[in-house]
Amino acid sequence: MSNKQMPKEFYTMMEELQSIDFVLVDLTLYLDTHPNDYKAIQQFNEFSQARRQLKNQFEERFGPLQQYGNSYSNYPWNWNESPWPWQI
Amino acid sequence: MKNFTHKKTYHPYISPLDPCPPIRTKTYSTPPHLYMGFQPENLEQFNPREALQAGTLWKAFYDPYYGPKEKGRGPNE
Amino acid sequence: MWIYEKKLQYPVKVRECNPRLAKYLIEQYGGADGELAAALRYLNQRYTIPDKVIGLLTDIGTEEFAHLEMIATMIYKLTKDATPEQLKAAGIEDHYVNHDNALFYQNAAGVPFTASYIQAKGDPIADLYEDIAAEEKARATYQWIIDMSDDPDLNDGLRFLREREIVHSQRFREAVELLKDERDRKKIF
Ligand SMILES: [Fe+2]
Repeated sequence: MSNKQMPKEFYTMMEELQSIDFVLVDLTLYLDTHPNDYKAIQQFNEFSQARRQLKNQFEERFGPLQQYGNSYSNYPWNWNESPWPWQI
Repeated sequence: MKNFTHKKTYHPYISPLDPCPPIRTKTYSTPPHLYMGFQPENLEQFNPREALQAGTLWKAFYDPYYGPKEKGRGPNE
Repeated sequence: MWIYEKKLQYPVKVRECNPRLAKYLIEQYGGADGELAAALRYLNQRYTIPDKVIGLLTDIGTEEFAHLEMIATMIYKLTKDATPEQLKAAGIEDHYVNHDNALFYQNAAGVPFTASYIQAKGDPIADLYEDIAAEEKARATYQWIIDMSDDPDLNDGLRFLREREIVHSQRFREAVELLKDERDRKKIF
């Protein structure tokens, strides 16, 4: 459809987000079996805050990451704009 | 533990009647989680970028597996 | 409910168009120990397991869907613009006669996905041991695919997936310990 290409910053910001989110995934599984590890929960909450900020920055530049209202929309509706994750 | 490795070997019985040229040494993986038990608190972590690359936040679970065609990284240690 | 995120869990890269490798990878897409089977197995077991491990099954089951999308991405990239000659050389022309480039839930031998891959015994210990075995089998499958592959970028993503199986196995082993411990109950001496 289009020859639009994502800029280099798209890939670097995406990988930054993937890194933070990976820490959160692995901490989640850990906390599921270690619910009383206070330090790990502190780390989890810090990363959770950092990911929220990074998600907002990413979305301002490249559009929504989630929908059903978990992200804001531009006008016109830009959720279904390419590229999708397997296309990048 | 001296010479500890997560890559174990065994030597299958070889018959003179085996049709294929024998593979004398066979290997298999015993990744680090098999030795961990219940994970203790405060284990050393990778930084986020390294953790994503490694596939684990905790260094103790890191067990990269390389194929025979991947040169220069050593075999499956 | 589930919320989709427009992002892969790990940056999947593939160096060259190679439908032969896609044929191996389909094992982890629609095979017995593949990511779809794993996701459905864990999420389904949640209804008949003690409450203290439901969260873990939910979270690992959800991560498996992220892995399914990574495998789909690898297959998509490996076959995207492959020519009929390349498909023939890879021995997957019969797939393309039936499905063209569509992904299909089947194993590397072309056997369609079946619900009988998804074990649910209703016994918490039996089910968790099943899950541990499933993780180790998926780990082994990734090893065999890495052994067959000569694409370093693809192997990088496969190594990530193999490592995740290790971590999942660890957490399921801990879940068994939690159920043995009965940590909820105050010990009375
Ligand atoms: Fe898994």
